[in-house]
Amino acid sequence: MSDTERRRGKVGYLLLLPAVLWLGLFFVVPFYSLLATSLFDQSGSDFRGYEMDYAFGNYVDVLRDYWQPLVRSLLYGAIATAICLVLGYVLAYAIAFKAGRWKNLMLVLVIAPFFTSFLIRTLSWKLILSDDGFIVNVLQAVHLLGDDGRLLATPVAVVAGLTYNFLPFMVLPLFASIDKIDHRLIEASGDLYAHPVVGFFKVTWPLSLPGVVSGTLLTFIPAVGDYINAQLLGSTNQRVIGSVIESQFTDANNYPVAAALSMVLMALIVVMVLVYVRRAGTEELL
Amino acid sequence: MNGAAGRWLREHLVLMLGLLVLVYTFVPIAVVVLMSFNAPRGRNAVYQFNGFTLDNWLNPCADADLCSALGVSIRVGLLATVVATALGTLAAFALVRHDFAGRSASNVLIFLPMAAPEIVMGSSLLALFVSAGFAGQLGFWTILIAHVMFCLSFVVVTVRSRLAGMDDTLEQAAMDLYATPLQTFLRVTLPLVFPGILGAALLSFSLSFDDFIVTNLNSGSTVTFPMFVYGAAQRGVPMQVNVIGTLMFVVSIVIVVASELNNRRRSRALT
Repeated sequence: MSDTERRRGKVGYLLLLPAVLWLGLFFVVPFYSLLATSLFDQSGSDFRGYEMDYAFGNYVDVLRDYWQPLVRSLLYGAIATAICLVLGYVLAYAIAFKAGRWKNLMLVLVIAPFFTSFLIRTLSWKLILSDDGFIVNVLQAVHLLGDDGRLLATPVAVVAGLTYNFLPFMVLPLFASIDKIDHRLIEASGDLYAHPVVGFFKVTWPLSLPGVVSGTLLTFIPAVGDYINAQLLGSTNQRVIGSVIESQFTDANNYPVAAALSMVLMALIVVMVLVYVRRAGTEELL
Repeated sequence: MNGAAGRWLREHLVLMLGLLVLVYTFVPIAVVVLMSFNAPRGRNAVYQFNGFTLDNWLNPCADADLCSALGVSIRVGLLATVVATALGTLAAFALVRHDFAGRSASNVLIFLPMAAPEIVMGSSLLALFVSAGFAGQLGFWTILIAHVMFCLSFVVVTVRSRLAGMDDTLEQAAMDLYATPLQTFLRVTLPLVFPGILGAALLSFSLSFDDFIVTNLNSGSTVTFPMFVYGAAQRGVPMQVNVIGTLMFVVSIVIVVASELNNRRRSRALT
């Protein structure tokens, strides 16, 4: 793009205006509404209206009552992201370096399963992991699982579902990064008598870090907020934060609590992302 | 490991593992396709295979709620796609082709919705609708507003990358040959950007069609297809859901393959 002149003037603003207005009105302003709602008096309701009384106590209530689902969600998200990183790295590496002329086909195949609805895919896992299904039977046969042990309604099933559903968010950025690596650098490390494993950790891995960072973020953020997997595959008494927020809005009708929970979740994610990106030393990515 | 077999294995180990991961991603799809031919036997038997039937495929609308939810999703998806693609394409042109104060701020604004967790976006939008007094009017239009919002960024990013990768010599040639700016835009620029716009539109539709979390919070009593599946999951989904799932898979594959073939034909025609 460097060789094309960028035109100055008002036309640019006019072209951008509709999109920015839409995002401003329905993405930025709502954050203000959310913040305001989180400080409302809890005794109101969505139809009667709420009183603004700067109830910072809502946040105390929320952290006291719901720290468990909050921690659980972050944990599920982190574990799923780690597994996705391992699976996704193998797949992305294979596509970038080993697939040869099948590269494009394999890339399409990575995305293809995810064209089917998220919910249908998750329900499909419910079937695969069901109590008399193949996987449970095998695990029982090799005594990894007790005779009446099950996978459904356990954290294992939830993490498995999250891992599966967010895998492409990991693979695609990883692929983009790994594909750009100059093969000669890896060969050079071999010529200098580095063991392939050493070569991988000293050359390939550092060069793929931008993909690792964006892949883990793109997986972790939606995985923490997701509650479909927990709801369909998990147990009802191990709730995740997303489902608490949703039920506070729709069933309990306690908007201030739901809004405060959303704010806490958002703040936690932002802080974790900032720390993580700073640690990974790739700030220029964002 | 020694000998030819060992070497072969070492050469291909990563590829094998990669293919294994790929196979794993297709397992649930295979189950969905299989279950679309499953004969239903009572409410409790939906999670096992009871025998082969074509009934589900012949009567996809046996459950009327399913098809009305599907209709809502298709209508929302099409409208959201049109609006988001139009606004997003304009914005992408502005960001790539024009220079103005606030360009980088706009880039950040467009990036943020893609990074925000859905549950937070959905709840803040609901907070807005409720404080603006629309609590009683949640439904089709609020879903549409939400879907355009989260599709927009993806459209901008997709079209922007197509535009940025395009060099402008063809457009300059058209101008040199006395084409008016409008002619240049319609005859040269637009056809060149079109694959990007089409890709963005397809992406929008699938994002909109598949969304549950944001939609569920802002839908009032309107039920979209994912919401129907979610609701039905508690008591056992009708087998027809698997028919829809299979169809979605097949249609997307056809679109992807067709566009890939079309690309190849075009690039061959050019060289």
